[in-house]
Amino acid sequence: MPRTALRLAVEIDGDGAHPAAWRRAAHSPGELLTPRRSARVAAVAENAGFTLVTLEDSILPPGSGADPVGRIGAVERAAFVAASTSVLGVAPVLATTYAEPFHVSSQLASLDHVSAGRAGWVVGVEEDPAAARAWGRPPVEGADALAREARDGLRVVRDLWDSWEDDAVIRSVATSRYLDRSRLHSIDFTGETYSVKGPSIVPRPPQGRPVVLARHGTVPAELTDVALVGGTTATEAGDAAAAARSDGGPPLAFAEIEVALDTPGGTARERIADLERYAPWTARPDRLRYTGPASGLVSLLAELSGRVDGVRLRPLVLDEDLAVLSRLVLPELFLRRIAARPLPGATLRASLGLTRPLSRFTTDITAAPVREETR
Amino acid sequence: MTRTDPTDVPRPDARLHFGVFFQGVNHWTIWSDPSSGSQIAPASFLRLARTAERGLFDAFFLGDGLRLRESEGGIHELDVAGRPDSITQLSALAAATERIGLVSTSNTTFNEPGDLARRLAGLDLLSGGRAGWNVVTTHNAWTGENFRRGGFLDHADRYRRAEEFLAVARAVWNGWAEGAVAGSVDARSWSVPDAVGRVRAKGTQFDVDLAPTLPRSAQGHPVIFQAGDSGEGRDFAARHADVVFSAHGTDFDDALAFAEDIRGRLRAAGRPEDALRILPGTEIVIGATEKEAEEKARWVRLEQVTPAVALGIASRLWGFDLSGRDADGPLPAEEPVVARDTGTFGTRWVDDPRAVVAEWRAKAGANGWSLRETVIELGPQRGHVGTPAGLAEKFARFVRHGAVDGFNVSPYLVPDGLDDIVELLVPELQERGVYRSAYSGTTLREHLGLAPVV
Repeated sequence: MPRTALRLAVEIDGDGAHPAAWRRAAHSPGELLTPRRSARVAAVAENAGFTLVTLEDSILPPGSGADPVGRIGAVERAAFVAASTSVLGVAPVLATTYAEPFHVSSQLASLDHVSAGRAGWVVGVEEDPAAARAWGRPPVEGADALAREARDGLRVVRDLWDSWEDDAVIRSVATSRYLDRSRLHSIDFTGETYSVKGPSIVPRPPQGRPVVLARHGTVPAELTDVALVGGTTATEAGDAAAAARSDGGPPLAFAEIEVALDTPGGTARERIADLERYAPWTARPDRLRYTGPASGLVSLLAELSGRVDGVRLRPLVLDEDLAVLSRLVLPELFLRRIAARPLPGATLRASLGLTRPLSRFTTDITAAPVREETR
Repeated sequence: MTRTDPTDVPRPDARLHFGVFFQGVNHWTIWSDPSSGSQIAPASFLRLARTAERGLFDAFFLGDGLRLRESEGGIHELDVAGRPDSITQLSALAAATERIGLVSTSNTTFNEPGDLARRLAGLDLLSGGRAGWNVVTTHNAWTGENFRRGGFLDHADRYRRAEEFLAVARAVWNGWAEGAVAGSVDARSWSVPDAVGRVRAKGTQFDVDLAPTLPRSAQGHPVIFQAGDSGEGRDFAARHADVVFSAHGTDFDDALAFAEDIRGRLRAAGRPEDALRILPGTEIVIGATEKEAEEKARWVRLEQVTPAVALGIASRLWGFDLSGRDADGPLPAEEPVVARDTGTFGTRWVDDPRAVVAEWRAKAGANGWSLRETVIELGPQRGHVGTPAGLAEKFARFVRHGAVDGFNVSPYLVPDGLDDIVELLVPELQERGVYRSAYSGTTLREHLGLAPVV
């Protein structure tokens, strides 16, 4: 049986996965927060052939203590990146631990509109109590409460996306009606800590629902599209993916891989050692890590294909590793059909091989799903 | 036509500022016309923003609303509705435009200051210092039904919350000292130690403690817009805003009276009179001749106020369902139902329906108007109609006498509704020396001629 080609995602927050990555960046520290730099990273990722970029976020600054690193909100960066690219999927991290699910839903639906159907959402959880103080909200404490806020937020956001049927905008000149109110739905969500009425203020997103990605185990698997899984070897990652997809889980599972590649300027080991002078790059038990030449990463991804549906790469230093990924890794993967590029004009769902869902409130089940808002 | 002598006016060197208001929810945008585009597709926003930028407008402005409007127990379905989250949409436009300001209407009641200030600061950085924030408030529990807190705010607290919100936002924007970001990758740390202050604020509305994540933009802070017309709203604007929107921009005397009132409140607040720009919302209909302009304006009104829309507006004024009546017949004989705001949300625009109905009856009787004609003549919001030269003369007078600093234009067609203004009116204004011939700065604050943030 032919193996399905891997889909490739890359995390582009900050200057890279290493906490001191900014020291090897090809720009001055202040340049990180400029539109020019956001557009450049997006262009490199799109031209390389990635299907998706993800953008980490929190109301708390990255870095620690009295010397924070600046970070523009992930939704704002994602919208900017979407408008600077044409085929690349964009998925910000957003947590509903403290944010209003109504706003989160509107932001992501709008991201899907501005990107013509290329939006995703990495479901986040704010575990740090300092986030509660920054939001000015009572802290959500304990694993159960954090899971509840993540689960309820996800349900509300999805239902709000569905609250406008695809053809709710009817523009009927004959009856003078712009909307058909029978195709708009209150979601009437009532959870343990809050309720939300609906419907959304944003018409249904082009994809129906933006693609939902979540770390396996953080939210109900049946509400997500892509599980992000760990494992420290290809076999472990494959097993984790199989476990995530079983029993009504999401259709897809992506392995998380931290990568540090040999570059013309230094081997991966030398580059890591250089950064270790400032901060440790702590290995996480839930992630693969690859360090070495580009060819080795190609071999690892070949080994992963067939076991997982895709990977999310976390490069050590974006300015260095993205260049090697672009020149040596992705072209080889595409040549050998280990991985696939997104096709121009495709939505993120289509690029991932996912179907476009009908609104769960759809009253006429014979209604054909449509791609875009009726004019 | 005689031209105004620029030396005989209080502000001979005044320049007109234009903003464009992509309304999103309203019955003024004519969606029924074949040339009317999508109200949500990115191409519509892009086309309108780029046209405005070509016309050297100061700002592109998006509205806000946190619940779909309802009347008579159902979602209001006659008008344009459904719009994007404004900061998300504007962040995309930041990548596709160069100079125009990008103004988000964002609500202080159902947001939290640490989060919203951060989002606006991000838009400000991504746009190179072009962000603005139109501060709006809500108090009704009906909107609150979409949020965790529900209807938690008393009416009296909404401006108090807005003031405290703005104070926290400004503290967030001031959190990073000048030069807080390291100059090179060899520095001791990414940000200069202790150059990033914490924001600790505890008031009647907020108890926050956060580390801001962003330095100042090229314009320092997002520009603050405000639109409330009540005494409280005007005082808020006089104390805190850089720009005030108003509904006082059609009649010269009314506009001047509003402007004088605002200037008085500015003095009372201890701010200079030129600290604030007054940009009333307006609609502009242009024709090659006065007659053609009037005919076009008549067409615009008839398209905006269809018989169903007229009955819908009248239903919301009278307070009960009038659909099925004859819009081309006389006004309803019944008295309006007052104090019945459970069935109508986000759509009633008057405080005292009985007084308005009495006025409508008197004027309809005197002029022989039908209900629809009455709505067209007396309903909310009118604009300016004329030739490019005539409008330019009129606007020059408005701005040189200090009645306005410019207009926030609501195009009646999306996305082509600014084309006439940019191609025909702007050159006439430029010829009279009352409109810029090029952007002289890069930030919204510079476009508006506002003092730098200290």
